[in-house]
Amino acid sequence: MNLALKDIRHGLFRFVLTCFGLGLLMTVVLAMIGIYNGLVADALAIVKLPKADLWVVEARTKGPFAEASKIPAATRDAVRRMPGVAEAGAITFQTIETSHSGRNLRLYVIGFELGRPGGPARIVAGRGISASHFELVVDRKSGLQVGDVVRLGRNNFSVVGLVEDAMNSGGDPAVFVTLADALELQTTLDPAAARIQTARGSQPSYNPTVAAIVARVAPGADIDLLTATVRQWKHLGALTQAEQESLLLISVVDRARRQIGLFLGILLAVSAVVIALIIYTMTMEKLKQIATLKLIGAPDRTIIGLIVQQALILGASGWGIGLMLILLVKDAFPRRVVLEPFNVMVLAGIITAVCLLASGLGVRAAMKVDPATALGS
Amino acid sequence: MALGDILVDVQAVAKHFGEGETRVDALRSVDLQVRAGEVIALLGPSGSGKTTLLNIIGCILEPSAGRVSLDGDVVFDKTWLRTDLRRLRLDKIGFIFQSHNLLPFLTAIENVSLVLDLAGWPQSEALKRAKDLLDYLEVGHRAKVKPALLSGGEAQRVAIARALANRPRIILADEPTAALDSVRAQLVMDLLRKLAVEQEACIITVTHDEKIFNRFDRLINLRDGRLADSQAIKVRMSNQWEIVPSCVSIRTELK
Repeated sequence: MNLALKDIRHGLFRFVLTCFGLGLLMTVVLAMIGIYNGLVADALAIVKLPKADLWVVEARTKGPFAEASKIPAATRDAVRRMPGVAEAGAITFQTIETSHSGRNLRLYVIGFELGRPGGPARIVAGRGISASHFELVVDRKSGLQVGDVVRLGRNNFSVVGLVEDAMNSGGDPAVFVTLADALELQTTLDPAAARIQTARGSQPSYNPTVAAIVARVAPGADIDLLTATVRQWKHLGALTQAEQESLLLISVVDRARRQIGLFLGILLAVSAVVIALIIYTMTMEKLKQIATLKLIGAPDRTIIGLIVQQALILGASGWGIGLMLILLVKDAFPRRVVLEPFNVMVLAGIITAVCLLASGLGVRAAMKVDPATALGS
Repeated sequence: MALGDILVDVQAVAKHFGEGETRVDALRSVDLQVRAGEVIALLGPSGSGKTTLLNIIGCILEPSAGRVSLDGDVVFDKTWLRTDLRRLRLDKIGFIFQSHNLLPFLTAIENVSLVLDLAGWPQSEALKRAKDLLDYLEVGHRAKVKPALLSGGEAQRVAIARALANRPRIILADEPTAALDSVRAQLVMDLLRKLAVEQEACIITVTHDEKIFNRFDRLINLRDGRLADSQAIKVRMSNQWEIVPSCVSIRTELK
């Protein structure tokens, strides 16, 4: 006879309500874990998108994410010609604000060369960019749909494709346009400003600069040697993909990551206390029944089983409800919520440990109960 | 019916709580023997030691001094562990409480069969025994009802069924009729007596209920932790009530 299940069935509504409350708490914990992961994933997503091995940037900068970087677009040809480089592409980054359907859009514009590294990785709807101008591929979180037309700078662009999980570390959805369009966005002045420049006598010049050159190396090529070679050119710097990723985490998102990490720690501690309190209170409410069980000769394992099983069922239900809710609502978050199976399992382990510890407190109280309490004496 | 073996043998048992100025002597050298088939009552004012004596016989409280033997086993010597005492309670002692103390999350039949489940009976046999007992106590039709929906009398009969389920030879009852009217109280006591005879068990009851005094073989009066003087001790001989000289020496044969 399973006393734990019988007791749960007896007070099912209350138990379900408690589980639901705990489930909501677990939803918040899982959301924070997801937001924490999302912050890191978003920050790294932009770096990982080009699938590059080498980032060639402006000398003595940690560009293009941690610091601004500006190098001539023509550098791409020089990098491409280096022995061991398989592919190279120029790339630009720029944040832009526009509006669409009456709402403001803040977008992270990535300019890339068609057919070269730096473009969108996987199109989830529509197609990739095929025209040289005025087409864009955008992250789904922007709210734009294939076929929409959006104004960037002085031109209208058609949305031809959608991607997922392409955001910068600030959470702005990424927009991919051709390098030519991106450079025009960066350099073209408003007509009034252009007239004033002309009146002042300055001649418009076309000397395009990009943020970085991303390169993929040929199999077997020595990336360290390539990096060292690029650094010998006085006006250029080079970072490997791993250096770029660690730089981004340390310089750009570290503070936000620590902030969320600390909050997550506090939230886990609060959850542990709440779980412990619920389980302890559930046990204390049963002390008279536990005294009766002791009096009629129930062994300790029956009493411990009653408390521990209920604690684990409560924890497992809370975890399950929390997981279900976060999976239902995670896409409604404005920023990415990334839940890895590993995180979910670690939380399950933490909840199990907390439930066992909390039931330990309950068991301690139960073991101290005098069976004579059942006699009313 | 002739009385059987001595099931409860209490010799020079004393119990005190606290030490020094706070010391309270709850029991002072009490002797008591109860035989199979005997139904006795422990009487006395509040603080006289009757519940302490019941708890000691029930292996809930360890005496400060003296010797306690239950159905041939001398308990509370150094070889007995807490778990042994609990097993002894499961096998040999049945408890009936003032407020039935049925587990609220189990049905009537589950409350009864739980004891058998703990004792290691197969589930089907445990349920059959529980149902038979409930039928015998005329609450079989309420077997699947939870205690909250049972009347006071029904709940008390289920509690009696639970106390008797594992065929214990010693049944301890603490104010078993306190929640019942006089007619039902006498019926419950008659039932207990019948079961005691059938199972060759003894029943030791703490009670203040004068309406059921005539249902006992002996009335043991405790005062200030001692067995009281002869004036307070009565014994039932046929239908007559008599004052007898000493509780300890009484041996009654029921006709």
